[in-house]
Amino acid sequence: MQPRFHAPETVEDLADLLLGYAQEGLPVEVRGLGSKLGYGRPVQTAAVVSTEKFDEITLYEPSELVLSAGSGTPLAKIEKLLDENGQQLAFEPFDLPPVLGGKPGEGSIGGVFATGLSGSRRVLSGAARDHILGVKAVNGRGEAFKAGGRVMKNVTGYDLSKLLTGSCGTLSVLTEITMKVLPKPEQSSTLLFFDVPEAAAIELLCKAMGSPFEVSGAAHLQPGLAAGLSDKPLRERAESVTALRVEGFEGAVRYRAAKLKQKFAAFSDLTELSGDRSRRFWSDIRQVRPLQSAGRPLWRISTAPSRAADLVAALRHTIDLKALYDWSGGQIWLETGATSDANAVELRRILADFGGYATLVRAEPGIRASADVFQPLEMRLMEITRALKASFDPAGILNPGRMYSGV
Amino acid sequence: MAHPAILQPDPAVMSRRDEILKQLKKRVPDTVFITDEEGRRTFETDALTAYRCMPLAVALPGSTEAVSAIMAYCWENDIKVVARGAGTSLSGGALPSEDSIVVCISRMNRMLKIDEDNRVAQVESGITNLAISQAVAPRGFFYAPDPSSQLACTLAGNIAMNSGGAHCLKYGVTVNNILGLKLVLVNGEVIELGGDYLDQPGYDLMGLMVGSEGQLAIVTEATVRIIKMPEIARPMLLGFPSSEAAGACVAAIIGAGIVPVAIEFMDKPAIHVCENFANAGYPLDVEAILIVEVEGSEEEVALLLERIAEIAEDHELQHKRISQSAEESAAIWKGRKSAFGAIGQLSDYFCMDGVIPLSRLPEALLRVAELCRAYGFDVANIFHAGDGNLHPLILYNANEEDELARAEACGAEILKVCVELGGCLTGEHGVGIEKRDLMPFQYTEADLVQMMRVKSVFDPDWQLNPAKVFPLSARELL
Ligand SMILES: Cc1cc2nc3c(=O)[nH]c(=O)nc-3n(C[C@H](O)[C@H](O)[C@H](O)COP(=O)(O)OP(=O)(O)OC[C@H]3O[C@@H](n4cnc5c(N)ncnc54)[C@H](O)[C@@H]3O)c2cc1C
Repeated sequence: MQPRFHAPETVEDLADLLLGYAQEGLPVEVRGLGSKLGYGRPVQTAAVVSTEKFDEITLYEPSELVLSAGSGTPLAKIEKLLDENGQQLAFEPFDLPPVLGGKPGEGSIGGVFATGLSGSRRVLSGAARDHILGVKAVNGRGEAFKAGGRVMKNVTGYDLSKLLTGSCGTLSVLTEITMKVLPKPEQSSTLLFFDVPEAAAIELLCKAMGSPFEVSGAAHLQPGLAAGLSDKPLRERAESVTALRVEGFEGAVRYRAAKLKQKFAAFSDLTELSGDRSRRFWSDIRQVRPLQSAGRPLWRISTAPSRAADLVAALRHTIDLKALYDWSGGQIWLETGATSDANAVELRRILADFGGYATLVRAEPGIRASADVFQPLEMRLMEITRALKASFDPAGILNPGRMYSGV
Repeated sequence: MAHPAILQPDPAVMSRRDEILKQLKKRVPDTVFITDEEGRRTFETDALTAYRCMPLAVALPGSTEAVSAIMAYCWENDIKVVARGAGTSLSGGALPSEDSIVVCISRMNRMLKIDEDNRVAQVESGITNLAISQAVAPRGFFYAPDPSSQLACTLAGNIAMNSGGAHCLKYGVTVNNILGLKLVLVNGEVIELGGDYLDQPGYDLMGLMVGSEGQLAIVTEATVRIIKMPEIARPMLLGFPSSEAAGACVAAIIGAGIVPVAIEFMDKPAIHVCENFANAGYPLDVEAILIVEVEGSEEEVALLLERIAEIAEDHELQHKRISQSAEESAAIWKGRKSAFGAIGQLSDYFCMDGVIPLSRLPEALLRVAELCRAYGFDVANIFHAGDGNLHPLILYNANEEDELARAEACGAEILKVCVELGGCLTGEHGVGIEKRDLMPFQYTEADLVQMMRVKSVFDPDWQLNPAKVFPLSARELL
């Protein structure tokens, strides 16, 4: 049977709707524009609630670096408005839809914060959660509430906005989000080093991040992955590619790029991309373009950069994989061979020796239903997670099981 | 003396004081206990000295295990606990209650590990803010959030209050710079969140813990981000004939796509006191100054300062001075960072911490001035202009009958104005006991109830840092 579809137009209607479902104990699937439905464990519900009607940009003050928008507002609409004003979302929201079979740039701003995934600039400018200033939301009891506000600094009470970021709609339905926006850098430049062995490449990235040159992107693509980039000349390169990005005012970018070249003069096979070519390269990384073979599971691993190369080497012993490192090695995207559990057990067994955690970002629904998509939590943390869920949504009606069973 | 309402001390605890202290000393060996009247007096207040209350006793544990043992004992015996760092809170956040044990973390102040590759440092939470930067400085790194109290305040206190500082405009506040936490829960259980990598699985419990004012758990260790020092950092002083002109200049700088590392504002009364105290070279013939700091290479710094000065020219710029040396830069910052202390030498003060949207700055300053005039107080304004975080200091005389109560009333009116203009009650000092009763001006019942439910998840009997953050009557809404 098709689930009932609701797209309430006001917060009051949404609150009434959720109250009704809570009283009946009937779960609902929470979605924005539906571009990320394939992320997380599949949810089976009698009803769907979409935020698509909350689609207005309600506040934009460029000189205060702040923007508020209804949660169903398309990300593309927000990015276009910001662009017209020379600003951007500095955390470079990770472009999940193409990974899941959709189109680049699809989806709502609510989805961006509900999944909480950040792009390459995270290493310099912070994550999605670092740019959220406030939210309005309706919890699983049908109560409308707000947290935070619209100003840059705010420690008035607990920071529930951060708690809701990345909670995948399991705690509340976001209705409006207020975020910090920042000036768009005038220039972007990328240094590419070819054929640097993996461990040395990660070391290079870490050294660059530890320099005063404000590197805003630090990635490494294993040999063969460049074929999946959109830049034609780069597609011809079969070797590994190690990339550093600097951004800012023209003169500063030129200076920093020159300094980095000097610092890494020992690595002689090098190219510099600037302007649109540089931007296109990072927009490819933002959607892990080289790892989009639909049939193969995709993992996201978060770990310490200095352990990343050893971790991938250890995984390679038993798992068929391709790796793209971002965040100086701290975020690893792994495309693996298809197995009955997408390698979940084996991958996490090995990861346990290195520290960090893994999320299964792309896999068949059947696998996402049976394997642990999100990293299993230690018992005490799981208890806290369940209790927090109950404090927002005691009847357990919002996206039940999307992250963890029983949450 | 004026006092916010407190909870009646628990008679069951008060009457068993001797027994409780005996048991605690037996159960938790590696801990210093302060139980005598003289010793406890040091802990009866924090930097909001208007409020005082003697705790049952003070514990100075030396390890996470000791904190855990104290918490387990207090849990079994229904005893309240107030965590404390250096006691520099300006909101009465560390004010004890009569029936509470103060758990002061300041002995746990070791640097545990510096990891340059991953750009993190692991510390015990009682380490002072400045000591972290000092420990990593020889390697060319620093810890970014820099509250003016950084010489004294602990990282634990910074985490509890989500403290900020002058350089937060670029580098973010405490929450943006913490990657891992070791926490002792109310029943003594120890949990760890995050680590030496950039995020954590599941809900963002770290984001929730930072800024929770010691009401959800006790922090014993943390992993913080450390950042490479810039090649050059250089402040510039800009003087204006009015606060409005200075405020408009701030908005214009940011509107032009420049986000400096810091933009600090001082009005005339503040300038004079600070100049007198620190000989920073501030101009005395202007109504307001901005300290604007930029970073980068020599060329970049010069270019940015030039662009900013050009913008300032369009806003009635009266005085401009670019620092020419490291000494001069240090003097400029010393004036700003010692502002509270300098004013404190002249007068008692009540420091407000409201935040407003930047575009409302002129209106906010006007209304602050009007309110203070109406109440008959002088006011000095010093604040983090880039993010609209105001610090009006209401100058009063604690020895005059009534003055504190009137200063509090004036402060409350100022904070209500901040909320009315679209801002909030506190940007970095926390709610504590001071602003507890103002919470309903910013939040609805539903907003507060959702926060309180979250508190109850971690602290079901509300034993951690009691009577703070929420109005006393609010708990009944649960
Ligand atoms: C002159 C002066 C200047 C200041 N400048 C600034 C500034 O620029 N920016 C700014 O943000 N603040 C500033 N402050 C305020 C104050 O310094 C900060 O709030 C600081 O973080 C408090 O740290 P502390 O160690 O003194 O904590 P305390 O005052 O001891 O405690 C503060 C809060 O933290 C809790 N706490 C302490 N230890 C723990 C723990 N281990 N676990 C859980 N909770 C704990 C306490 O219960 C209390 O609620 C200033 C204060 C003064 C006096």
